[in-house]
Amino acid sequence: MELNLHLLSLIIFLPVIGLAVIALLPKPGQKTVKWIALSATLASFIVSMYVFCMFDKSLVGHMQFTEKISWIPVINSYYSLGVDGISLPLVILTTFLGMVSILVSWKIELRPKEYFIWLLMLESSILGVFMSLDLVLFFLFWEVELIPMFFLISIWGSGRKEYAAYKYLIYTLTGSAFMLAGILCTYFITGTFDITALAGIQIGATFIPLELLFFLLIIGFCIKLPVFPFHTWLPDAHTNAPTAASVILAGALLKMGGYGIIRVCVSMMPQVAAQYAPVMCILAVVGIIYGAGVTLRQTDLKRLIAYSSVSHMGYVLLGIFALNQVALAGAVMQMFSHGIITGLLFAMVGLVYDKTHTRDLNNLRGLARQMPVIAVVFSIAGLASLGLPGTVGFVAEFIVFNGAFSSTTIPGMQVYALIGVLGIVLTSGYILWMLQRVFYEYPLEKYNHVGDADLVEKVSTFAFVAIIMLFGIYPAIMTDIINTGIMPIARLIGM
Amino acid sequence: MPMQVPWLIFLLPFLSFLMIGLVLRPFLPRYPRLAGYVTIGAVGISCALSFWVLGAVISSPGHMLPVDDIRWAVVGNLEMHIGVMVDSLTAVMVVVVTFISLMVQIYSQGYMKGDPGYMRYYAFMSLFTACMLGLVLANNILFMFVFWEGVGLGSYLLIGFWFHKPSAANAAKKAFIVTRFGDLGFLAAILILFATTGTFDTGEIYKLVAAGTLTGTTLTWVAIGIFAGACGKSAQFPLHVWLPDAMEGPTPVSALIHAATMVAAGVFLVARFYPIFSHSPEAMLVVAVIGAFTAIFAASIGFVMNDIKRVLAYSTISQLGYMMLGLGVGGVAIGIFHLFNHAFFKALLFLGAGSVNHSSGTFDMRLMGGLRKSMPWTYITFVIGSLSLAGIWPLAGFWSKDEILMNAFSNNPTLFVLALITVFMTAFYMFRAVFMTFHGEYKGGAPSEHGDHDEHPQGPHESPAVMVVPLVILAVMAVCSGWINVTGFFNGLFEGDVEGAVHKIGFLEGFFGTLTHPLPLASLLIALAGIFLAFAIYIKKWISAEKITNAVRPLYTLLSHKYYMDDLYENVIVKTFLYNGLFKLFAMFDTSVVDGTVNGTASAASSAGSALKKLQNGQTQVYAFTIALGVVAIAVVVYLFG
Repeated sequence: MELNLHLLSLIIFLPVIGLAVIALLPKPGQKTVKWIALSATLASFIVSMYVFCMFDKSLVGHMQFTEKISWIPVINSYYSLGVDGISLPLVILTTFLGMVSILVSWKIELRPKEYFIWLLMLESSILGVFMSLDLVLFFLFWEVELIPMFFLISIWGSGRKEYAAYKYLIYTLTGSAFMLAGILCTYFITGTFDITALAGIQIGATFIPLELLFFLLIIGFCIKLPVFPFHTWLPDAHTNAPTAASVILAGALLKMGGYGIIRVCVSMMPQVAAQYAPVMCILAVVGIIYGAGVTLRQTDLKRLIAYSSVSHMGYVLLGIFALNQVALAGAVMQMFSHGIITGLLFAMVGLVYDKTHTRDLNNLRGLARQMPVIAVVFSIAGLASLGLPGTVGFVAEFIVFNGAFSSTTIPGMQVYALIGVLGIVLTSGYILWMLQRVFYEYPLEKYNHVGDADLVEKVSTFAFVAIIMLFGIYPAIMTDIINTGIMPIARLIGM
Repeated sequence: MPMQVPWLIFLLPFLSFLMIGLVLRPFLPRYPRLAGYVTIGAVGISCALSFWVLGAVISSPGHMLPVDDIRWAVVGNLEMHIGVMVDSLTAVMVVVVTFISLMVQIYSQGYMKGDPGYMRYYAFMSLFTACMLGLVLANNILFMFVFWEGVGLGSYLLIGFWFHKPSAANAAKKAFIVTRFGDLGFLAAILILFATTGTFDTGEIYKLVAAGTLTGTTLTWVAIGIFAGACGKSAQFPLHVWLPDAMEGPTPVSALIHAATMVAAGVFLVARFYPIFSHSPEAMLVVAVIGAFTAIFAASIGFVMNDIKRVLAYSTISQLGYMMLGLGVGGVAIGIFHLFNHAFFKALLFLGAGSVNHSSGTFDMRLMGGLRKSMPWTYITFVIGSLSLAGIWPLAGFWSKDEILMNAFSNNPTLFVLALITVFMTAFYMFRAVFMTFHGEYKGGAPSEHGDHDEHPQGPHESPAVMVVPLVILAVMAVCSGWINVTGFFNGLFEGDVEGAVHKIGFLEGFFGTLTHPLPLASLLIALAGIFLAFAIYIKKWISAEKITNAVRPLYTLLSHKYYMDDLYENVIVKTFLYNGLFKLFAMFDTSVVDGTVNGTASAASSAGSALKKLQNGQTQVYAFTIALGVVAIAVVVYLFG
């Protein structure tokens, strides 16, 4: 770009600066730690908003705000960053969730210094994944993310927290091992780690079948998204993680999977992607229906939302492997939308849990009288999750359905799309059932003393609601940006 | 007329919702009535503007105003626009919606007085009215769907208005999910439509259908999909089950949403995409058959209900079936004409039932009786509404029902017979309700928990003026609204030529002349027979109701259980087959197979590790022995195979 201010580096490393300050301060007070964390994430968010506003929507298929510094010359690896229409929405999402997760953690009292250090590190690493243009750098950030999440779950979690943390760690590492092999193969075949150069590269006959390479690369992403049947780490991790970690996990972390599939697998090997698209679409619709079915059986509020993520991520996979411009854009929109909506749902579950000390739906009833503000915000999040028009959830799902249904590349795509549509009835089933269980009917006396949301909680949750409504009522702000990123991929896959 | 007017009709109630929800909130605890005034003001202005629009449409050539369109979002070839379209159908609908809404909002001033959720009530009512207007004004099928879901939300929120009652919370959820089931069809139709034509625009779709681009099975599937959505909202068989339960909401809500406007949205939707239907004989047949069947089916359940609101609910389902039949055998004008008349008399009947509840504290007709003395205004207006619904000349219902019967007669004799039987049933169950409620002796009302209100003044009494005045206005409409088509004016408006239509026949000639034709005369006599039967049973008691009930006990049981449809859906399909069947299987599969494999792999790896660990015991002798063993083994292999 004309004037390089290293804005992207700033977005990534502002939280790191924050964590460094917290780490170096001798015995900082709780308040100090929280305010430093908040300022660091706020600064990062502000810079990312600046990038969002300055992003040139007329430049189709170009990385913007790029930075490139030679890093490991011997293997031709660079510290290379950039954003386009696919990554920018996810960057905004992450900086927003990073900031809100600090507010959500405002009442943390157990070892706050370390807690906020891990939380800031988590945000930085996810941002790094979304902005890296070099596979080595990408992989580095991808792996770094595991460490803070592992500690956040195992120390500040609840229930079977060690089990959940180890399961998360080992499951993800297994995927990473395949991914690393895939990245190395890619390098040996092409001689480059440059993600932009790899997009649409022509790979001739090599020592390894392209199908195998495709699966080496995609398996880690499939675990992260998660794709059925690799999803069982997710409910355990979510149920036992602290609220802020759940918010980031559902909101931003899962999107690394979807982003990786689009950026690495589909862009690099569109033909292989097309070849295996029917399989992936079947997994997607299985995930949607099966995930929703299992969700309906849950009685733990957090587990319920966690399983609903499995179902909703099915729409992302369906959108990607419909291999059509509209559906792909829908998949990116769905990632953004799910990030905001489910982030809010987890934040609300956290609030309900904080106040009632239970997440068991059999023990909750009639809370709307005792906590009206929480009830309203929770309901809005739920309605957005079931795809009600006027919320961003509808926009994203509709674009996915429309793109998938109109796709002509994949045989039988219409059927998959219609099965996906069926999922919205199941979604309304579990969301409305949950809302009824928690908030409606006769209030229970034992919760008469509980309070409603306080100021900090109101600020953070209202911010979510504002975003849900804004992009639901005027989605062009986001879709115009997504379009610029999707078009070059659409050309590659011949749509 | 400036193009901003149709937009304003929609935006005013929406602004009222935002005002109450965001701006006025801090003042409302002290001045709750502010919420009501804001809503009434906004809807009132909308109503005035609607009449302006109707006037402009009547005077414009072809009864169509230019379309206004704004780009909303574009993704690839998916271009989404938001815009308004004003033709005769829209103009009639906005008038109906705003007028009924205004009456209901005024009435609610009395009915909802003192309710702790007063401001929430008006906020939701504004939101609903805005969405309903958005639905009828939208110029493309995508935004019709957006507002279609919006009215569904309004209905959900208002059915569940008294959410502390489990029955209300259940009914709200049921309404949303059942209608959403129909919406699947609607959404599928939108997807098919866009995949084939590349547009959402209503006007474009009309052109493509007329040009023959959109034809054949695709067209039929689109029509069936749209009709599935319409079935959900308009409570047509087999998706009718939510509407009777929706009576858990406050009665003015039932009048506005579940009688006059939202439930009629399905009829409106079919009318809006009528060109698609009319090019598919199969789809037309489906609409007509489902409509006629629903009409008689729901009327039969109405026979045995003892709750006055449930009688009206089944009556609404039945009448919506009538409208569908009208669309299926006649045309847009026929179906919408009945929608137009029905909106007035059914809103009137519901508000009347609310007034009765206000006084007696119950909806159970067995606990009422004799109210005509203490509630003369409610009584007179309710009787007018019932006569209109029964289709007695010269009241509104007569004219539209007559046209539907006439068209059914010439198109499909079987459906005509069904419709004619329904006429008799309608007259009977309505006057059963009238006689049980207002005649005989007062049976003391009910314990207070039964009704909408927590507290009641002792003894039956007439409702306050703020409730009675809307009743009287609606009663006037229930008498006169049908006269608009005596000369063929209404049909002409929809066929695009009022001038050509109105001069064929004079008003008085049409008004009295209709009785010289055999068909209207026959249907009038049949309706009178229905009233007479009710009179014989419930007033004169020439025939004992119990004796009839006992004589047809199995049939009575079947009817009072609503043909066991609720049991089939809730217990058999949802609870047994899905929740405790398929989904339980999924959940078990997830824990034991999917997660079991993961944990199994982990523990296998871990036990393999512990097994291997024993080899690394640090004893050099063992290592040396193993190496020696290996060397020997290799030597043997080389010797044997080398």
